[in-house]
Amino acid sequence: MDITARSAAELHTMLESKAISATELVREFIDRINKVEGNVKAFVTLTEESALEQAAKQDEKIARGEKIGPLAGIPMAFKDNMCLTGIRTTCSSKMLENFIPPYDATVVERLLDAGAISLGKLNMDEFAMGSSTENSAFFPTHNPWDLSCVTGGSSGGSVASVAADEVAYSLGSDTGGSIRQPAAFCGVVGMKPTYGAVSRYGLIAFASSLDQIGPVTKTVRDNALVLNAIAGHDTKDSTSVPFEKPDYTEFLVNDIKGLKIGIPWEYFGEGIDQGVARVIQEAIETLKGLGAEVTECSMPHTEYAMPTYYLIAPAECSSNLARFDGVRYGHRSQNNEDIISMFRKTRAEGFGSEVKRRIMLGTYALSSGYYDAYYLKAQKVRTLIKQDFDNALEKFDVLLSPTAPTPAFKLGEKLTDPLSMYMSDICTSPLNLAGLPGISVPAGFVNGLPVGLQLMGKAFSEGMLYRVAYTFEQNTDFHKVKPELTAEVVL
Amino acid sequence: MSVNDYEMVCGVEVHAELATKTKIFCSCTTEFGGEQNTHVCPVCSGLPGVLPVLNREVVNLAIKAGLALNCEIADYSKFDRKNYYYPDLPKNYQTSQFDLPICKAGWLEIMVDEEKKRIGITRAHMEEDAGKLVHSGETITSSMESFVDYNRTGVPLLEIVSEPDMRSIPEVIAYLEQLVEILEYTEVSDCKLEQGSVRFDVNVSIRPKGSSEFGIRSEIKNLNSYSSVRRCLEYEIERQAKILDEGERVIQETRTWDEGKGITLSLRSKEEAHDYRYFPEPDLVPLVIDREWVERISQTLPELPVARRARFQSLGLSEYDAKVLTDSKDLADFFDQALIEYKDAKVLANWVMGDFSRILNAQQCAVGDSPITPLQLAELLKLIEKGTISGKIAKSVIEDMYTTGKDAGTIIKEKGLAQISDEGALSGIIDGVLAANPQSVEDYRAGKERALGFLVGQIMKATKGQANPGKVNQLLKGKLS
Amino acid sequence: MKISREEVEYVAMLARLELTAQETEDYTGNLNSILEYAGILEKLDTSEVLPTAHAVPLHNVMREDVVKSSMDAAKVLANAPDVENGFFKVPKIV
Ligand SMILES: [Zn+2]
Repeated sequence: MDITARSAAELHTMLESKAISATELVREFIDRINKVEGNVKAFVTLTEESALEQAAKQDEKIARGEKIGPLAGIPMAFKDNMCLTGIRTTCSSKMLENFIPPYDATVVERLLDAGAISLGKLNMDEFAMGSSTENSAFFPTHNPWDLSCVTGGSSGGSVASVAADEVAYSLGSDTGGSIRQPAAFCGVVGMKPTYGAVSRYGLIAFASSLDQIGPVTKTVRDNALVLNAIAGHDTKDSTSVPFEKPDYTEFLVNDIKGLKIGIPWEYFGEGIDQGVARVIQEAIETLKGLGAEVTECSMPHTEYAMPTYYLIAPAECSSNLARFDGVRYGHRSQNNEDIISMFRKTRAEGFGSEVKRRIMLGTYALSSGYYDAYYLKAQKVRTLIKQDFDNALEKFDVLLSPTAPTPAFKLGEKLTDPLSMYMSDICTSPLNLAGLPGISVPAGFVNGLPVGLQLMGKAFSEGMLYRVAYTFEQNTDFHKVKPELTAEVVL
Repeated sequence: MSVNDYEMVCGVEVHAELATKTKIFCSCTTEFGGEQNTHVCPVCSGLPGVLPVLNREVVNLAIKAGLALNCEIADYSKFDRKNYYYPDLPKNYQTSQFDLPICKAGWLEIMVDEEKKRIGITRAHMEEDAGKLVHSGETITSSMESFVDYNRTGVPLLEIVSEPDMRSIPEVIAYLEQLVEILEYTEVSDCKLEQGSVRFDVNVSIRPKGSSEFGIRSEIKNLNSYSSVRRCLEYEIERQAKILDEGERVIQETRTWDEGKGITLSLRSKEEAHDYRYFPEPDLVPLVIDREWVERISQTLPELPVARRARFQSLGLSEYDAKVLTDSKDLADFFDQALIEYKDAKVLANWVMGDFSRILNAQQCAVGDSPITPLQLAELLKLIEKGTISGKIAKSVIEDMYTTGKDAGTIIKEKGLAQISDEGALSGIIDGVLAANPQSVEDYRAGKERALGFLVGQIMKATKGQANPGKVNQLLKGKLS
Repeated sequence: MKISREEVEYVAMLARLELTAQETEDYTGNLNSILEYAGILEKLDTSEVLPTAHAVPLHNVMREDVVKSSMDAAKVLANAPDVENGFFKVPKIV
């Protein structure tokens, strides 16, 4: 197996045993990027030079005989909505094409402190709005399993770079499924932690009450290792929860005997691809075979989650994105008559059509006369959706569903129909509304495209999700299958 | 109709900067001044990705102000975003409070023409200040470009909204003065009007006297002195009266006060009517204020000026004296501390407002920085009372106390200023003076009272003014009879 | 149709977006189909339901009133499109 295909945990053992140096490891990944990036297009910005500098520092540590942490010296990358001092942070938007943050996001600070080596910034749907990464202002990212397919989104670069072995792991952000849905499309492990478990400080906000950062990895163990490094209370984020952070790797036991798994039948309604349904059914059988008690259950408000999500998220985004006005940073239009026309032109030129669509929708939902009918109504339904989860999770340790209703679709297939694109988040967005954790793990294939299994749990039950996901992973081989991505593949 | 046939109806919104060290949502200093854009960080300049964290002291001060203004303090309060675009607002929304303000339903009492009146306070809420715009031309309308300084952005404000309870300009001024005095007294705000740390928005309408319906109001924003408020209201009432007299309707609008021209101008906006799209601030969590918290703040609340004035009057001070003393909290505090040691309030008040204040004023020294402590002043007054020194000597002693910082007792001892009250010592001196002035003794005995005064003067001269005048009189009369 | 072209233009003004005629037309259509879809929420009786603004029930998160140093003015201005004499420069306001 290629070195770049190995898990972070394996790479750590190699670094520790001096089988490879951090610098050599970075060079391996740079070679891999040079080979496949032209087809995958996962990166907005590559920072090979600073990566090599960082690697040299880790090598000095290793040479001095210092003990290194589990993520030290291992190449990774950040979704391009996380601020990194001195490195262009674009949100894949023309608006921030040249924005260079003067500060680090908390997750960036924590990972760099842990010795992580950043290879760069990853492509995404502009401002994280989208489900295919086609809304990037720069270029779409291609699915390593089939380059004519989308990666899913909005964390398309985060999942494609991991699936294509350009990095060992990455960070993504998830507002309505933006880590889990693309993780499913690209056959990797993606976790959206409990709201408040990982600091949002330095994450360029899309919808503040829904956004959460999480790890994208090749294995469940890696995922737990990365969450160990990034989770935990942060005084810079008022919505960060001061909880006692466990060592998530302690939950990685190959045992789910007696665990109660609920299957909310509403997640298997119309719109779910037959192939996907079959894969999930097989996964359920596997889990039963491993001793889990699997029972069907009902979450009656599930069908209301999508419209609720598509009112709340745009409303918050319309306010969060107001700051992009051409005064302090970012794009500014030329030849401005006065301030209002500067604001309007700047924003018209700087934002892409999906971002504008959501700003329009959110502005409308909050505007005088419509607030009660749309925004407030959605907030109330959010309460009902949350109650559905609370009720179900009283009876079950985890809930199980497909991560996405279909496997990856073709590039361009849904671009002209916003609503059908939005439906891609149908299985993932309810969890963001409830603020609960969810993980997507590879569960099989349909026509050669990966399918993800979603596990959902109580607040701060990431450990339980890891336990079930790990057991499933250890008893299946889906995560071992790699896309046949070679340099010869040309579009 | 003339202006006098109309009655004005006025409500006021006061924006007071809270006296914290740091901004409301970040740790930048709130210090006034500073080079442009130097009191700014990622949070208050609204960089992408930043998040606010609430300053505890802002909440403490808001509760304190609420208590001082007889408000109900909310059990549950939250922040909301007020969305509008303006270049001095880095996020293009202002974090403020909408439907659940921290304080509501209060009042304060004003006194106009000997009559007490209660003015209702609808609410008081916390919010962040915006930045400062500097215009290239003389005014915002004549400028081709403007410059933005975000130093002020995020400075905590308390917006205090009154009921439309005021019916005359003196009532408005009395309300504002009273409110500012309370905010200053409670140290909620330093109320530096000249630095813009308190700003007034007035809502004013007029109606024919006797009518009970409200007229259509205009709002004049950002006034920063009492005189501007007065002049602006005078102008606005006249303007509205003229409109009504001509049978026209006043337009409900926001106007701006042109200090130089002494007129209000329509801020005729090209844009849409305001639609602030308030919604709960997702980046901040709610406040749950238990009674224990409120109680803790109420412990720190000083006696308010009105109550203090009443207490001072009950000690026998005139209304005027009580007002002078309480106009400055520091002076009133000084008085109260001295009063613990020296019980004659009237004498003490005379000295505090008289020589003590005169010396501080002459030296441009603040009461808080005075080298003379309340205890030292009390000691000086006790020495007068005991007869150790005369009031006249005391006036020079207090000057020395200011310059040297020494106690009155020390100065008196060092300079030998103590009165001579000892009968033996005085008797000898008196005998000497009598012997040297036989003619005056003669005159007195012949019934010329004036001669006594002359003799006393001679005795005082001989003792350099230190003889106890009472004793001298008593002894002298005894010797002459 | 729940939302008219004029309303879309008004909302674009509120949101400070200059839309082309084509965009205005497209967004009118998009917004209508999304709002129509959102119409299913009307089926739910929420008169007794409290709104959820936050996913986690935190309250009273505050910091102490202690000054920390601000950012270098050069850094504050570094990303600005137009700067003069330490100020952010903007075109005429009214
Ligand atoms: Zn700041």
